[in-house]
Amino acid sequence: MVEIGHYALVLAFALALVQSTLPLYGARTDDNRLMAVAGPVTIAGFLLIALSFAALVGAYLVSDFSVKNVWENSHSLKPLLFKFSGTWGNHEGSMLLWVLILSFFGALVALFGRNLPPSLRANVLSVQGWIGGAFLLFILVTSNPFARLNPAPIEGRDLNPILQDVGLAIHPPLLYLGYVGFSICFSFAVAALIDGRIDAAWARWVRPWTLAAWVFLTGGIAMGSYWAYYELGWGGWWFWDPVENASFMPWLAGTALLHSAIVMEKRAALKIWTILLAILTFSMSLLGTFLVRSGVLTSVHAFASDPDRGVFILAILIFFIGGSLALFALRAPTLSQGGLFHPISREGALVLNNLFLTTATATVLVGTLYPLVIEALTGDKISVGAPFFNMTFGPLMLPLLAAVPFGPLLAWKRGDILAAGQRLMTAFAIALGAVLVTYLFIDGAFVLASLGVGLAFWLMFGSLTDLVLKSGVGKANPRVALKRFTGLPRSVFGTAMAHFGLGMTVLGVVAVTAFETENIVTMKPGETLEVAGYNLRFEGLVPHQGPNYTEEQGRFALLDTSGSQISTVMSAKRFYTARRMPTTEAGIETLGFSQLYVSLGDAAPDGAIIVRVWWKPLITLIWLGTVVMMLGGSMSLLDRRLRVGAPTRKQRAVPSAEVPA
Amino acid sequence: MTRKQKRLTIIGGALLFLGLAVALVLTALQQEIVFFHSPSDLQANPVRAGERIRLGGLVEKGSIERGNDTKVSFAVTDTEHVIKVSYDGILPDLFREDQGVITEGTFVGDGTFVADTVLAKHDETYMPKEVADALKDKGVWQGTE
Repeated sequence: MVEIGHYALVLAFALALVQSTLPLYGARTDDNRLMAVAGPVTIAGFLLIALSFAALVGAYLVSDFSVKNVWENSHSLKPLLFKFSGTWGNHEGSMLLWVLILSFFGALVALFGRNLPPSLRANVLSVQGWIGGAFLLFILVTSNPFARLNPAPIEGRDLNPILQDVGLAIHPPLLYLGYVGFSICFSFAVAALIDGRIDAAWARWVRPWTLAAWVFLTGGIAMGSYWAYYELGWGGWWFWDPVENASFMPWLAGTALLHSAIVMEKRAALKIWTILLAILTFSMSLLGTFLVRSGVLTSVHAFASDPDRGVFILAILIFFIGGSLALFALRAPTLSQGGLFHPISREGALVLNNLFLTTATATVLVGTLYPLVIEALTGDKISVGAPFFNMTFGPLMLPLLAAVPFGPLLAWKRGDILAAGQRLMTAFAIALGAVLVTYLFIDGAFVLASLGVGLAFWLMFGSLTDLVLKSGVGKANPRVALKRFTGLPRSVFGTAMAHFGLGMTVLGVVAVTAFETENIVTMKPGETLEVAGYNLRFEGLVPHQGPNYTEEQGRFALLDTSGSQISTVMSAKRFYTARRMPTTEAGIETLGFSQLYVSLGDAAPDGAIIVRVWWKPLITLIWLGTVVMMLGGSMSLLDRRLRVGAPTRKQRAVPSAEVPA
Repeated sequence: MTRKQKRLTIIGGALLFLGLAVALVLTALQQEIVFFHSPSDLQANPVRAGERIRLGGLVEKGSIERGNDTKVSFAVTDTEHVIKVSYDGILPDLFREDQGVITEGTFVGDGTFVADTVLAKHDETYMPKEVADALKDKGVWQGTE
């Protein structure tokens, strides 16, 4: 079975070569038969890679330690879920998942793209073939997951305990669906450049893919953040770590792309810029893959990795980024530009959004790569940490966040900023109220923290304003308003929800940054610690035996002020026997939107133990906000205009599309 | 304004914005970066007290001393020179003797390094790259690369 997997992978590579050449040639020579090759070949390639992936998963599930990759990363006693998710908890398996998802997206285009112009479809699938081929070659040459061991060891070396968590089952697949999803936008951009033709229909095609990839990437990043938060036991939710930045840069660029594609679709403007953004976004994904997989950067997420692989990915990176940008430089001037607009208009607002987001991406890029550059130039080793990003990224984001509610209220072509301001008066009043309440009634609230809370409320209620105005709630007869409300295009809801979710995330970030409290104390059984109006009583350490680890569980009773028990919080020190590796399992109690976070330190000889207790006010809003953003994105995706395949129906009048989105 | 003037204003505004962003990045890069040093580097070129640096190396065998509550002290070595580090907080799970660590903090008057951050990695076979390079320079690297 394992050899079948390897064989299937080689076959998939051969098919990728076919996919990357014949349809492209067919499109040049206008040969319909050659162009028609693209679809079946893409789908067959996906099936082969899926077979290969299934073979590896199978080897993990039955703990076939004759496969080197399984031996290195699995253990017969590991719970079934982790045997499964452990398939991609290592370099080789992770890359296989990467190409699986890449080919999956290719297959989706092949399946749902029947109504695309044939030459565009052939070119898009060809470019997908190039990317797939390059990464398949990378796997086959440097990272074969199917290498055998002879003789086969009896027991495996187990998966890194940090990864033995349900987070591994969710985070990488989601993240890759986002990362790799942007490859479709890239392929469309390159195909358009090859064709030398681009129109609003192109944007209508690209937008759903961007939106889908963005939704997944948002989820992947948020899941990764929450996973690191509860698993690492440091209580932090974002570290500005190079590997996090690697996923954040495509997100920022992708968010910009999402917005510029709207302008292109609606107004046929910003064509060249949108193409460039599509290329840059996927370039950021490739760069991220390179940074994570090559191990060139020191990172809290760094796992042992092989520098030779880095060179290979660097070559792929240079080929695709360099190649596509060269093609862009060559072809972009021939694309027609169109759609003039006044600076104060919906288009203008979206351009502003793009200016801020791309600049923010650039600052993150500089901070992430600067240590590499300095080391290459001077040999000095430096680290660029959170202070750098807070000082650069923060000031860039604040004006953008403040401007968000205005965008949807401005008209296309020429907007009236004063009228938009007047309509936002209610939201502004609510925000001002939030500032005052925070400043006056919350202990330790500084001016900045209060303003931050105000900004969050401004974002949330400013986003809702658009819905209220468009449906006429409060002005029209309630029944009419309700009818209008339910009749609004889904993309309008999507926008409002995504912006509202952003406000929730901002509120969580501000609350945690400004009002978090931390206690590091030594506690003996029976002792009590007061945290944020609750009492935490240490009940003692209890030994416990897990399937592939032993642990000391620290039990804490959480009492309210009257002394009655709310719940038991359990935090543990685990020891994974196969790898002889200790980990800390944090005890987390969610109270409303806030959380109490308990992490154990070392035990002292006298039975006392060091305990680190955080009060994290409103922290869950950070992730709940991203969930709302994802829902908003999905809602937009369901909009009739954007539904996959919708371009054919564009001649028919769609009544709801007349309301500006 | 004519259309040309309008366009120039917009481009000018965008350039001004980008200029501000670049200035911000450059200032931040001057102020907020932290240099990495090995104990031998520091022997050769001492840094002044109060300057924030990263110090990396191996935790010297037998050097870990626990003080009151959460205070702990240990020594970081690259096998040639040793620097004493004091830290108040919870050490990472993988912190132990002979393990590569990175600490971040400042020197105080008496030559002790007061760390506010101690990083050990998630993977027991992984060595922070800076530490590995520093050990290779000293010829005491025992890894396989």
